[in-house]
Amino acid sequence: MNDAVNLSRMRDPAFTEEVEARSGQNVSTCYQCGNCTAGCPAGFVYDLQVNQIMRGVQLGLKDQVLNSRSIWMCLSCSTCSLRCPNNIEVAGVMETLRHMARQEGRVTVPKVEKFWWSFLDTVRTFGRTYEIGTMVLYMLRSLRVTTDVDLAPGALAKGKLGFQPHTLPNGAEAISRIFTRYKERAQREGVQP
Amino acid sequence: MNFAYYPGCSAKGSSKDYEMSTQAVCKALDMHLVDIEDWNCCGSTPAHAVDISLSAALCARNLDIAARQKAEILLTPCPSCLSNLKMAAKRMEKPEFRQRVNELLDEPAAATFPPVTSVMQGIAQQFDMQALAARVKKPLKGLKLAAYYGCLMSRPAEVMQFEDPENPMLMENMLSACGAEMVDFPLKTACCGASFGIPERPMTAINSGRILDLAANLGVDAIVVACPLCQMNLDLRQKQAAKAKETTYNIPVLYFTQLLGLAFDLPKKELGLNKLIVSADSLLRKLVEEREDATKTTEGGRQ
Repeated sequence: MNDAVNLSRMRDPAFTEEVEARSGQNVSTCYQCGNCTAGCPAGFVYDLQVNQIMRGVQLGLKDQVLNSRSIWMCLSCSTCSLRCPNNIEVAGVMETLRHMARQEGRVTVPKVEKFWWSFLDTVRTFGRTYEIGTMVLYMLRSLRVTTDVDLAPGALAKGKLGFQPHTLPNGAEAISRIFTRYKERAQREGVQP
Repeated sequence: MNFAYYPGCSAKGSSKDYEMSTQAVCKALDMHLVDIEDWNCCGSTPAHAVDISLSAALCARNLDIAARQKAEILLTPCPSCLSNLKMAAKRMEKPEFRQRVNELLDEPAAATFPPVTSVMQGIAQQFDMQALAARVKKPLKGLKLAAYYGCLMSRPAEVMQFEDPENPMLMENMLSACGAEMVDFPLKTACCGASFGIPERPMTAINSGRILDLAANLGVDAIVVACPLCQMNLDLRQKQAAKAKETTYNIPVLYFTQLLGLAFDLPKKELGLNKLIVSADSLLRKLVEEREDATKTTEGGRQ
């Protein structure tokens, strides 16, 4: 078995440059101390650990990094950024990678993205989050119709689920226009909104 | 004194109890919270996970309303709203980014926004710990509590500007001033698993489970929080966390405002204590017993 990876054929220096430009971070200063990985609360569900992602960005391994499961499972808790001895905003790099993957239509963990859009579609419609609406949309879109049904009785009994969406004087229309402009701009720029 | 106020969406739904107790406590402290008109959702995690200019546009509309109302400061109870509002304001200092955001808005946003801070820090700015202690009518004596801040109160550190980001102490100081015993809680800024409870339950169950485990081992009467999502993961999802660890927990998870309210002797129905999934009755009984004991001792002393 030959596990050798031919880096020269896989490297894409333009990828490294784009990640650095979009995140505003100097990724080349990462010297693999592993602090980010040691403190990451989501590492146990990652395919590549955060320090491996950082190394992949340095090496320009675009496909490995943008197709990873890790960039979707990051909790955005910023523990990595806080503990980086070289002050790299590591969580910001992870977020940039997520944006780049989405824009290219690479979504390795679709249910996470489905949850985000279920949430955002209620905001687009009502101007504010509609908790029940988010859950219903997510269950339909992910076909996971039993998601959290175990929690419903307790939440309902305590009156913690608002049945009615918020009603705003003008906010709902204003927010809906923000989303429309956002989607139109993404189309103009040729990326997935 | 009047304060511009951004309640956040969950204030009307899953964190009604936080909103009720925040209103009650601020009223008792003569801090008058005035909702900014027609406010909208900050976009929470999903918006910035999808696109930071979309997230900033949703936040900028709120900041713009606060600026036009000539607010001196904007308070919000929710750390996620706070983080998004502060992040948007900071990113919009860059002209290119501001331009990207303005493209999405009906009208370009105001040139400057009022500063935004948490209700917790807002209270602390008005009342030092001695002043807070002077407001206490029924001390929380006998209660052993763990303060849990979660991620966003203190991170990213340069944006949130909240004490030592690995070891904030404000909640401990506030509740100690109210007479409670605060334990050293090493996981106070660890992540609870955030909104992954819906798409990826095990991640949240395991992360929340660590926090609940530690609290159980320390034998606290409650975990005290300042974030609606942390509260939901530790309280509503406590059984899911217990199941993942093959154990059981019975730990009440209260908002810091509910405990301040108890110390100020505000009516319990104004504090939303009946909305907690894990009942706070044991904690309330302990408080009553402690006070009865104290009364007996005093009376005994007089005889």
